[in-house]
Amino acid sequence: MNGRPEQFSAQPNELLVERLRDGLGLTGTKVGCDTGQCGTCVVRLDGRSVKSCLVLTASAAGSEVATIEGETTRGGDLTGLQEALRQEHGTQCGFCTPGMVMALGELVESTAGGEAPTEPEIREWLTGNLCRCTGYHSVVRGVQRACAAARAEAPAGAAGPAESAAVAASGAAAQEV
Amino acid sequence: MTAVTGEAPAAGGGVLGRPLDSREDPQLLRGEATYVADIDLPGTAHMAILGSPVAHARILSIETKAAEQLPGVLKVATAADFTDVMPLPCIWIPGGVESHFPPHPYGLPGARPVLTGDTVRHVGDPIVVVVAETPRQAAAALAAIAVEYEPLPVVTRADEALAEGAPQLHEAVPGNLNAYWTCGDKDRTDAAIAAAEVTVELDLVNQRTINSPIEPRGAVGDYDAATGEYTLYASTQGPHNHRFLLSALVLGIPFNKLRVIAPTVGGSFGTKGYLYPDMALVLLLSKALGRPVKWVDTRTGLMNSTVQGRDHRQHVTLAGTRDGRITAVRCTSYANLGAYPSTIGPGVATALMGRSISGMYDIDAAFCEVYAAFTNTVPLGAQRGSGRAEAAFLMERLVDRYAGEIGMDPAAVRRSNLVPKEKFPYDNGLGWTYDSGNYLLNFDRAIELSGYADMPARKAEARTRGKRLGVGLATYVAICGVGPSTRMSQEGMLGGTWESANIRVHPTGEVTVIVGSASTGQSHGTVFAQVAADELGIDPDTVQVLEGDTQKAPYGQGTYGSRSYSMAAPAVALTARKIKNKLIRAGAVFLGVPEDKVVYEGGRVHEEGNEENGKTFAELAMALWYGWGLPAEIEPALDETTHFDPPDFNYPFGTHVAVVEIDELTGETEVVSYTAVDDAGHIGNPKIVLGQIEGSITHGLGQALMEAAVYDEQGLLVSSDLTRYALPRAADVPFFTLDKTVTPSPHNPLGAKGAGEIATVPPAAAVVNAVVDALSDLGVQHIDMPVTPEKVWRRLRGEAQ
Ligand code: FES
Ligand code: FES
Repeated sequence: MNGRPEQFSAQPNELLVERLRDGLGLTGTKVGCDTGQCGTCVVRLDGRSVKSCLVLTASAAGSEVATIEGETTRGGDLTGLQEALRQEHGTQCGFCTPGMVMALGELVESTAGGEAPTEPEIREWLTGNLCRCTGYHSVVRGVQRACAAARAEAPAGAAGPAESAAVAASGAAAQEV
Repeated sequence: MTAVTGEAPAAGGGVLGRPLDSREDPQLLRGEATYVADIDLPGTAHMAILGSPVAHARILSIETKAAEQLPGVLKVATAADFTDVMPLPCIWIPGGVESHFPPHPYGLPGARPVLTGDTVRHVGDPIVVVVAETPRQAAAALAAIAVEYEPLPVVTRADEALAEGAPQLHEAVPGNLNAYWTCGDKDRTDAAIAAAEVTVELDLVNQRTINSPIEPRGAVGDYDAATGEYTLYASTQGPHNHRFLLSALVLGIPFNKLRVIAPTVGGSFGTKGYLYPDMALVLLLSKALGRPVKWVDTRTGLMNSTVQGRDHRQHVTLAGTRDGRITAVRCTSYANLGAYPSTIGPGVATALMGRSISGMYDIDAAFCEVYAAFTNTVPLGAQRGSGRAEAAFLMERLVDRYAGEIGMDPAAVRRSNLVPKEKFPYDNGLGWTYDSGNYLLNFDRAIELSGYADMPARKAEARTRGKRLGVGLATYVAICGVGPSTRMSQEGMLGGTWESANIRVHPTGEVTVIVGSASTGQSHGTVFAQVAADELGIDPDTVQVLEGDTQKAPYGQGTYGSRSYSMAAPAVALTARKIKNKLIRAGAVFLGVPEDKVVYEGGRVHEEGNEENGKTFAELAMALWYGWGLPAEIEPALDETTHFDPPDFNYPFGTHVAVVEIDELTGETEVVSYTAVDDAGHIGNPKIVLGQIEGSITHGLGQALMEAAVYDEQGLLVSSDLTRYALPRAADVPFFTLDKTVTPSPHNPLGAKGAGEIATVPPAAAVVNAVVDALSDLGVQHIDMPVTPEKVWRRLRGEAQ
């Protein structure tokens, strides 16, 4: 669990998200629905992002589980992805955010050394995560920014120029009237 | 009431209007924020609510014995346990505050009790509560409760509920009619329509939708027997309102014995400003059990209990000349209030919608009538853009129909009917007086930015790919900044609608701003710090912002109707000015010069013409803290408060252009580009407003394309979870093209207009106009929302609506 061994016994019908939140006090993982649709509960299981409301605790035995709490220390420096999302204001109420960060981490990592994902690819990746506040635009821009930064840091040859989001944001010239 | 001069915002420190990063974001990004479900008080017990599985029935018996025996169960309670608790009040009753008083001092007849004892009126109507040691035990106990029902006939549509012989919901409400409400001039409008060269009519269904904040609601009640004080933690956008309503009107406990705390709230969009039974129940049960009691809703529970939105059936008429001059608009609407009057639902369905129908147009005659009816559905409430979105939809659909009828370009018709700049303040004849606007500038900007002139070429190109391209326009005016307390009392609002701010300057020069507002994701901490810092000429990082707790801010109203930046922020600015004035007065003493020779500049006072003789903000703060050497008329310390009640609402507006492509084979509608130019006056933090605009448009597109609360004939909510209620996902929307115009409102010292939800108002109209445009050569004149592929596919094959 976030790099530390945890030992406990679980009921056969216990969900991983219940164990995380109620059993281990890791409340960064959220519950937004009861049908596996919203993605607020996404954690990483052996590196792959999964919806922890659809995983039985027992079936996760022996796996590595990573939650949002494992990304940084409390109050600590943001990861590259978190920092990119911060710069694009990719979170508003924040309820969808931990699940988004956990789901997107896999995408950003997987592109660090190769091609940056296209905008449709990012949107496709995000379809498992609902956000009602942002409309996803700032999140997509955040991922583009994070991928560009990850590629810039990656070994030479992999990096290209940062894609800029094709949006005329409200920074555009305002007319005083 | 605070006087407002309408002067331009102070240049101050210059941090206002800048896209500062949100200071709330890092905590949210690390998953460290505490939402109500994360609160874990020692000794907490868990509550579950049994909601009715049927839409309308008399309760014959409730058997709870088996549930009481189950492991971990602490308490099972029914309506019989709460006979001394008042029903949940409705505080917005169309027709003025007089109607609040006898015979129903606590709101409308039909008000919802905390638990239903005799008759259930919608699926999810709460009947029994269980408290147990764990959430699972509480949920399990619900299954052991046996309720015997005698089914009653069901009605789920407002127009049907008003028909002769319809099932009756409340004995005290004959014919299910909650309110017949009108605005505008009926005779004049009827005459204009009768005399018109051209009239067009539409029958519209503005379907019921579910706001679906991603965080379901929750509540924790904590009664302290030692002090007799109650604390409620709840996912609320109005902790102060909830304190007032719960203490004074529902529980009958002293106001000062109830503290309401909104922790981090995971989105609301209107729905979390309402009073719900669970809020009262956790408090009552905490007292009964002597332990904190916690309740967290599920998604399906939310869909069956949290207020829903829109839901009008309308017959609308527009009249005009052959050459494109609109002369009259008329609307008859059947509004579905659901089973009970929610906290302010009746006001949303009437005034917020009806008074807005003429939008950005200068129309001589307008009239709207609303029949607001009870039905066996979840109560109606606000929903991002509430009322105003319904109004924009009907008007903008009508304008397109009219343009089609007279063979004019829809943009040309709109352009020539906009309220001209010289006419402000503009009385729209429906009860609103628009404060300020430059509609033409805004409209032309959107037309230009969207590449409207290129659409014929783009349509032809799309055809070569098997796509039908359509373009749709929508303009809107959104009444925001609710509002002037007296004006709202005329609308029927029971309660003041001012907003408060307190500023304390600490001896070391750091500042605490405390507001009555409560964020549901709008980065208030960042923006209010900017406002105070700008006024005081200090570093925003030294400004702390507190809100969301009735013990921190004694009074306030909360966040709704896009009012935080145009109500709470002006209160902050005016309070900062009081602080500044006091610093000038004290500065005169410390600098040894007359007051009119003291200059406040860049967070410092100095003698006019002599910068050397000065004191910094921090030095003055310390001096005032000590209080040494102050004359009698200057009190020590720096602590000021303002209750801001504006002279009138503010009226943001804008123009949106949707371009869609319809697949000839599948009927699928894709939004391929979307341009929005909104005017929210002066903006405090463009980065934060940008996020709200983008989210709002996406929300509006949801109603147009996929969202619908569907009830079957038995009154069962079929779309009761996220597998059956579609919300827009990332792949459903493109990046938008956004711009703004800036027309300051004269009604607050920041020149601000509402922003948070305004961009939800026009997208549904823009998209449906675009879809109808794409199908117009098939004779399609209207298509109901949501515009699903199936509906379009049928129209492509010539089937009727
Ligand atoms: S809580 Fe797991 S997907 Fe919604
Ligand atoms: S930020 Fe609120 S749901 Fe995504």
